[in-house]
Amino acid sequence: MTDTAIETNGLVKVFGDNRAVDGLDLTVPAGAVFGVLGPNGAGKTTAVRMLATLLRPDGGAARVFGHDVVAEADAVRSLVGLTGQYASLDEDMTGRENLILIGRLLGFRTPAARARADELLEAFGLTAAAERQVKNYSGGMRRRLDISATLLNTPRLLFLDEPTTGLDPRSRNQVWDIVRAVVSYGTTVLLTTQYLDEADQLASRIAVIDHGKLIAEGTPGELKSSVGAGTVHVRLRDPGQRADAEKLLSAALGATATPDPDPRRVVVRVPGHGTEAGAAEDAARALSELAAAGIVIDDFSLGQPSLDEVFLALTDHPATPKETAA
Amino acid sequence: MTATTATETTEQVYVPATETIGAVLDPRERPARPSALSASLTFGWRAVLKIKHVPEQLFDVTAFPIMMTLMFTYLFGGALAGSTGEYLQFLLPGIMVQSVVMTTMYSGLAVNIDIAKGVFDRFKSLPIWRPAALVGNLLGDVLRYVLASLVITVVGLILGFRPGGGVMGVAAGIGLLVVFSFAFSWIWTMCGLYLRSEKSVMGVSMLVLFPLTFLSNIFVDPSTMPGWLQMFVEVNPITRLVAAVRSLMAGTPDMGELTWVFIATAALLAIFGPLTMRAYNRK
Repeated sequence: MTDTAIETNGLVKVFGDNRAVDGLDLTVPAGAVFGVLGPNGAGKTTAVRMLATLLRPDGGAARVFGHDVVAEADAVRSLVGLTGQYASLDEDMTGRENLILIGRLLGFRTPAARARADELLEAFGLTAAAERQVKNYSGGMRRRLDISATLLNTPRLLFLDEPTTGLDPRSRNQVWDIVRAVVSYGTTVLLTTQYLDEADQLASRIAVIDHGKLIAEGTPGELKSSVGAGTVHVRLRDPGQRADAEKLLSAALGATATPDPDPRRVVVRVPGHGTEAGAAEDAARALSELAAAGIVIDDFSLGQPSLDEVFLALTDHPATPKETAA
Repeated sequence: MTATTATETTEQVYVPATETIGAVLDPRERPARPSALSASLTFGWRAVLKIKHVPEQLFDVTAFPIMMTLMFTYLFGGALAGSTGEYLQFLLPGIMVQSVVMTTMYSGLAVNIDIAKGVFDRFKSLPIWRPAALVGNLLGDVLRYVLASLVITVVGLILGFRPGGGVMGVAAGIGLLVVFSFAFSWIWTMCGLYLRSEKSVMGVSMLVLFPLTFLSNIFVDPSTMPGWLQMFVEVNPITRLVAAVRSLMAGTPDMGELTWVFIATAALLAIFGPLTMRAYNRK
């Protein structure tokens, strides 16, 4: 076993005059979820497609479990599985047929491929829909079938390219649970996402990329502490108490209030200690001080830093999506 | 919609269980990589399954050839050969070639649609013989070619087609046509990979197939055409193919034409096979 699942050095992919991936250096440790965070058009999909041998790099090198993605593409293909942003399924075939097809292509004889398909359909809650054509599946079912097809040959490395984009919250939670289960059984997962929340929930390390380059890398805690642990939003009953409330909260949280156009709202960034619990504790203490001072609040929330805030902090520019397809 | 209701019921029930997912992930013996033949046949199986699920797609190999045969037999028969029965003896092998060769463009369409839908991404990320997906699609198409040929043969026999070559002659003619069409399909598969939309694939193939099949010896004897057109008809590969198929079905195999067709088949495969694979690997 190698401890490094993926290693890239100066990886480059150019489409016309768009440098989609522009000298990317990544090291992904084996056995955990590695999150690749970035806005639309940051080069996430292009990078994943190169690592999964679907695209040939224009420069640099990438190795997956020590195998070069160009020179040893077949070896890489037998170790990885990719679930792309758009379901790679045959819409006209049933869920079961799709799995049998992939099973047979992986070298299972027909009876074994059938057994394997049924086993996966069961594990992913698709048994009832097994004989239905995929075009009649919901988005969540499609994604689960797609992931189960990718797991058919128990890959050592699973690429999930924006696995929850376009899913409803329940389906998204199901995908999250699946990712957690998969990684707990030793498969390395590389997950791309546009949502800090998702990377935070699942990944033990996160790389932030923008314009094809790595701009930050670390644990979710490290990343968040670089942008603050979150933002406290408070809505006052009496706008006249705003100045007092701002002063109290700023003192309690050790930060200045962000100006807000709403006269009843007070917004204060919570400086990070690297942990969410820390931020929540600070916020709770600050609120009790408000209550003690007789300031009544109608509403309160502790917001996670958004991807935009992370980008702003890391790049000095907001996460503007580029119009080019990744 | 009933499908939506059913979908929601199944959704509500499902809660991913770590142990069940773990059980299917248990590292077990991986099967050996399938052979090139086995992988291609698996894709062929997929093509057949798709016919099963979307039987409408057989329209172009059943209804269309019947229409062509009836239309041209009765439209031209009286004028060109004195009687429809006589014309049929001349026309049938030709109209069969036209119908099947026209069908080859669907190979390009199928590939183009597959790519647009992303399913090829999965195939390409599998450790299999690379051309298998394309070869498998074409194997499914071969089945369609055979079906179209049989439909036309049956219609012809009903209308009074009496081939001198008998069952063997007709079978040999169909066999030759199918082998040539398999090779010819690679052109459209390549177009399917290069062109952006299925509409453009359709447009390009129509642009080539219409002159190729009409400016040939399918409908009339080329000796009645003006000299410049005869020159084109003579070098048109479809003319050679029709002549070869006719000779086989008539029971008088023309070795010259047969050799020509075999060489053309081999050349098509040798040129467009690698070109198609290059396009496929780059996609």
